[in-house]
Amino acid sequence: MSAPAAPARAPRTAAVAHRGDAKWGWLMAGPAIVLVITFLIAPFVMAFWLSLTNARLISPNAPEFTGADNFTRLLGVQLLTLDPERDAAGAIVLDEAGAPSYPSIRSFTRNKETFPQYAGMQEWFTVGLGDTRHVVLASDTVFMKSLVNTIAFAIVIVPLQSAFGLLLALLVNRRTRGVNAFRTIYFIPVVMSMVVISILWKFLYSPNEGMVNSFFSAITLGAFQSVDWLGNPTTALPAVMFMSMWQAVGFHMIIWLSGLQTIPPELYEAAGLDGAGRVAAFRNVTWPGLRNTSVFILITITIAAFGLFTQIDVMTRGGPLDATSTVVYQAVQQGFRTQDMGYGAAISVVFFVLVLIVALIQRRLTREARG
Amino acid sequence: MSRMQRRVQQGDERVFLSLRAVLMIGLAILFLFPIVFMFVASFKTDETELLTSVRSVEAFLPVGQLGLENYQGVFDRVPAPQFIFNSLITTFATVILGLIVNSMAGFALSRLHWRGRDGVLTVIIATLIVPFETIAIPLLFVVIRLPWIWFSPETGLQLEWGWLNTYHVQVLPFVVNAFSIFLFVQYFKSLPIDFDEAARVDGASWFAIYRRVILPLSGPVIATVAILTFLPMWNAYLWPLMVTQTEAIRPVMVGLQYFFQLNVAWGEIMAYLSLITVPVLVLFLLLQRAFVESIAASGVKG
Repeated sequence: MSAPAAPARAPRTAAVAHRGDAKWGWLMAGPAIVLVITFLIAPFVMAFWLSLTNARLISPNAPEFTGADNFTRLLGVQLLTLDPERDAAGAIVLDEAGAPSYPSIRSFTRNKETFPQYAGMQEWFTVGLGDTRHVVLASDTVFMKSLVNTIAFAIVIVPLQSAFGLLLALLVNRRTRGVNAFRTIYFIPVVMSMVVISILWKFLYSPNEGMVNSFFSAITLGAFQSVDWLGNPTTALPAVMFMSMWQAVGFHMIIWLSGLQTIPPELYEAAGLDGAGRVAAFRNVTWPGLRNTSVFILITITIAAFGLFTQIDVMTRGGPLDATSTVVYQAVQQGFRTQDMGYGAAISVVFFVLVLIVALIQRRLTREARG
Repeated sequence: MSRMQRRVQQGDERVFLSLRAVLMIGLAILFLFPIVFMFVASFKTDETELLTSVRSVEAFLPVGQLGLENYQGVFDRVPAPQFIFNSLITTFATVILGLIVNSMAGFALSRLHWRGRDGVLTVIIATLIVPFETIAIPLLFVVIRLPWIWFSPETGLQLEWGWLNTYHVQVLPFVVNAFSIFLFVQYFKSLPIDFDEAARVDGASWFAIYRRVILPLSGPVIATVAILTFLPMWNAYLWPLMVTQTEAIRPVMVGLQYFFQLNVAWGEIMAYLSLITVPVLVLFLLLQRAFVESIAASGVKG
């Protein structure tokens, strides 16, 4: 019994080995499955359902289905074109300062009978072309500003933070003792809490006792005028951007570093023999070898940037003048602080769509990278 | 290559290396100065002195009046030990439960053959794309409606609706982590399958194999998952902000808001920040390698 027995025995062992797998499989994966359904899948599905209702966080009344109302309130945008007022002769009426006068925006947004499409909207921004003014109205101007801030934050952070991360990685990509200490130092902010870091930087940015102002004042020998970094609508978001990069760049340094270490040293030796300088070696060896790492880094930074919340909540509360409000900050404001669950859920859905778009772009890019 | 050329090249090399060193030291200062300031300032007991020190390097030097009064002030102002205890309880409960639940799931999803396994794994991996911020608001809606049953000797079994203001609302939603399961699945797949089959033929149950064969071999992945659970739990802010309402239950990060009510004393704030940050930093410096490798592991899922 040599030839036929051998193949017959293997499946039998496997059959013995896997007897009762189904029972144990469900038993051992069971707790995880129950928790995933309760705390991840159910809330995720509910986000979509709640966004179509007028649910309150705590309310004796059952939520009512309101269709796309939340989304119209959230995303409603209208263009209003205003021509200057003219007198009977057709000449433009000028005000005391000599500027053309325009019908007030309120005469459109507060006139439900004649202009139902503009009712309840507010001016988001205005573009003047010639004598005509194009006013963009939005139903929720705060959300629109938050959406723009969030995207602006991502657009600035993504290239800068990945570039600085790569710079740090190139600096510490050596296996010597001293270099290791620098790697550790650059990484320290990553393990710290964003709340702690936000409070520290809020202090550093403060107008009178802030170290940022004293630093600039010292290097310009006192010529620098103190800036209220977080209190000024033009500097507040850039200030948050800088401290966010300061916190997270060490993480991306480590990811770049693991990418750099997959590049075989022989390639650098070959490049060296060919007489390539540092720049040429970077262009022809390092950068092509980092293709997959770079896609991954761009995506993680983008998704993290979209989720901007803690810094805003701790440092600026969305202000000044909504200059730092973000999508997630608005979701928490509406869904939790004003208890408007349906509206908060609608914001969460919009946020998820943003993330999904980024993830789909990532899939495209990685597929191209793999050929 | 002439000697002249070589000397020029060596000179270039030296300039490059010293530029690099200057840049590295400059960056190290940039990353360290807020932390050094925080720690040093926490011992400066004179608030005016502290606030004027920021105009010079004195901000980073232990000069002027020094003492532990700020730390005393922290304990007078807030129940800091309670906050720290709350954070420790919720963090460690999540780490321990997370290790058990996720490793069991990882085991069932990698080493057992059962119908539905691939579907379950696909769904769990798919949830990785959902950021917590998307579900935070509806999750709040869910947890204030969930039942909780507990037992006390005086009143017997009790049923209560709503999870707000408890420890478990801070723990249970974070026990399962798709990424931890993914890490366990990857690791368990790399262990030879012969171990299981030999033990099975000897009559061991699957749970016994998991407990006595697989887990003892899984030190590295257990450390990684523990670190990746520990950090975000200790640093948690958004969720506890929404679900905790009393000091008895609030974790350290939410406790910070008490320092901005009434008069703001920066010395005390720096003392509290040091109190909740320095232990984590020390832990990080001790377990540097494990920390960096774990966090790097979260970056290679791609």
